[in-house]
Amino acid sequence: MRANSVIIEAENIKKIYLRGTEKIAAINDLSVTVNRGDFIAFVGPSGSGKTTLLNLLGCLDNPSAGKLAVNGRTVHESGRGLSESQLTRIRREIFGYIFQKFYLIPTLTVLENVLVPFTFFKKEGAEKDVPRLLKKLGLENRMNHLPGELSGGEMQRVAIARALVNHPGVLLADEPTGNLDSERSLEIGQLLRQLNEEDGLTILLVTHNTELASMARVTIRLRDGRIAKQGTP
Amino acid sequence: MKIKNSQKISLFHIAWKNLARKKTRSLLTVVGIALATWVLISLFGFNSGYKNSLDRDIDNLGFQMLVVAKGCPYEAATLMLKGGTGLKYMNEAVVKLIVREPEVESVTPMLMQVVFDPNKGQSGGLTAFLGVDPATFPKLKPGLNFKQGGWFTDPAALEVVMGFEAAELEQREVGDLYLVPEKEIELKVVGVLERSGTQDDGTIFLPLKTLQKIFGQEGQLTSVGIKVNKEASLADFEEKMFKLPDVQVVSLTQVKTTIMTLVSTARILVFSIALIAILISIMGVINTVLMSVMERQKEIGILKAMGALAGDVFKLVWLETSLLCLLGGLLGAVLAVGTSRLTEYLIRKLLPFAPSGGLISIDAGLILTAIGAVVLVGLLSGVYPAFRAARMRPLEAIRSEEE
Ligand SMILES: Nc1ncnc2c1ncn2[C@@H]1O[C@H](COP(=O)(O)OP(=O)(O)OP(=O)(O)O)[C@@H](O)[C@H]1O
Ligand SMILES: [Mg+2]
Repeated sequence: MRANSVIIEAENIKKIYLRGTEKIAAINDLSVTVNRGDFIAFVGPSGSGKTTLLNLLGCLDNPSAGKLAVNGRTVHESGRGLSESQLTRIRREIFGYIFQKFYLIPTLTVLENVLVPFTFFKKEGAEKDVPRLLKKLGLENRMNHLPGELSGGEMQRVAIARALVNHPGVLLADEPTGNLDSERSLEIGQLLRQLNEEDGLTILLVTHNTELASMARVTIRLRDGRIAKQGTP
Repeated sequence: MKIKNSQKISLFHIAWKNLARKKTRSLLTVVGIALATWVLISLFGFNSGYKNSLDRDIDNLGFQMLVVAKGCPYEAATLMLKGGTGLKYMNEAVVKLIVREPEVESVTPMLMQVVFDPNKGQSGGLTAFLGVDPATFPKLKPGLNFKQGGWFTDPAALEVVMGFEAAELEQREVGDLYLVPEKEIELKVVGVLERSGTQDDGTIFLPLKTLQKIFGQEGQLTSVGIKVNKEASLADFEEKMFKLPDVQVVSLTQVKTTIMTLVSTARILVFSIALIAILISIMGVINTVLMSVMERQKEIGILKAMGALAGDVFKLVWLETSLLCLLGGLLGAVLAVGTSRLTEYLIRKLLPFAPSGGLISIDAGLILTAIGAVVLVGLLSGVYPAFRAARMRPLEAIRSEEE
């Protein structure tokens, strides 16, 4: 995996929502380039478009206008995009997602939850790597527990393991510590930093938590669907 | 640390564990399906058991129709009153004409003769002889049981079978000789019948050929007994028989027609109830699965974000539905078999007319068919919820974050 090669390129993308008859530009002519190995935190006030942007970059949603390319492949250009199943194939090749909530299946053990993606899709060598992954996330002694027996931080680590089980190039995290106290948040932050530094994982993080944002290499501040400020923390 | 094979995970395993999440709800659905299956198996088991028993009872009634020469009395009593006179004959050829009709299941030719026996009683009396075909008559009269002995050894044997009262009157047993009055022919008694409560009790049976020969009536018959197919319409058939020259049709039992109508009405009822039971269980299944799909909307979104294609989600939800139905079907089958005695008892109390045999017959074929039907129904009712789930977009998962 070459560092500093472009993995996501967005040019003048727009996302327009209709609220009644009113058009809201949640993302407005925004351009951003993500390189392999980047760790970017998107910050900004509520409603500034962070989640919308992350969804667009992660191919969970289609932009209304502009050009988006992922891994050299054009996903969207001037109003025309790929089909849902084509998007799914890109998503499972390139992206891992974690959210504020963990969405673990409560009746499956930690290990089973982590292995769920394999029932749909399995990258070469991914299965062999699971023990290492669990160890790295500090879950090796929790494998056979049910989610209900874990702390919030541990649950989020299970969700991270599940997101990473197919070796995605990019991890997208929307408020991953929104349900955690500050100590656990920091733990997750350090873990993300470690994954970025040691494994070269590209991470796009959305957070309100400044301490967590400071773990990223780059911070991008959004306001009204545009980039207001970009810098290193 | 290594991942063991047993720790690998399949879609089936996920489906199973998903059902375990809402145990009460899954259980209730399973019970609902089980009840429908139970009704289904019991009803169809009852239907076929009832039909079998009824068929057997009807078969025991013997032939339902007689064709006699026009003007010929067919009741022994009438004959007796007329002093044994007035018999009319038809030629044996008529049998061929009757057998041609598709409604006919089997026929048996008969010749009746009535003789004055001066030694009978104090001042003599009439004795009725019936010449029957040993090849067909016993089959058409399965209700006739032997007290002693059996039917003739040969179609032209010099043998008699005596009705219960006839044997008592003549004081004959198997092995005794019987002398035909005024004919000086000795016949051997080979069988004595049990009491049947019909005119057969006073009748003396001979092989048709023997009787024809003794009375010089070769090739002649007085009546032909006809058994009609179970499905055939008796009325239509009678109509046809009327067209034969010089014969007259006598329907021995209207009972059967009545019962057959009853049975087909019952069958329609059974099918309707089964249909309703199935419809109700379909609704239950769709409701449960749809509800669980809606509750898991976000989770399904996550599955899709993790790389599940629409088809994968569809399979998962479909699998859950089928599992519910399979479990319900199995439980229902166990219930149906376990309670069949009780069901039979209840039905017997409810029915105005219950045949003598077993009323409920549940066999492996029926059970497999019912479970198969229930699973099929499950597969069908799983389509819509599975489709709804498969169509969900991963974004829904993230959007509904705020709630
Ligand atoms: N599905 C939608 N339909 C209509 N408007 C939407 C929709 N999703 C987002 N918006 C609007 O787009 C704008 C950006 O929303 P977005 O969720 O991206 O903000 P955010 O920066 O993630 O906010 P927060 O920090 O509260 O999560 C907001 O004005 C929001 O109301
Ligand atoms: Mg947001």
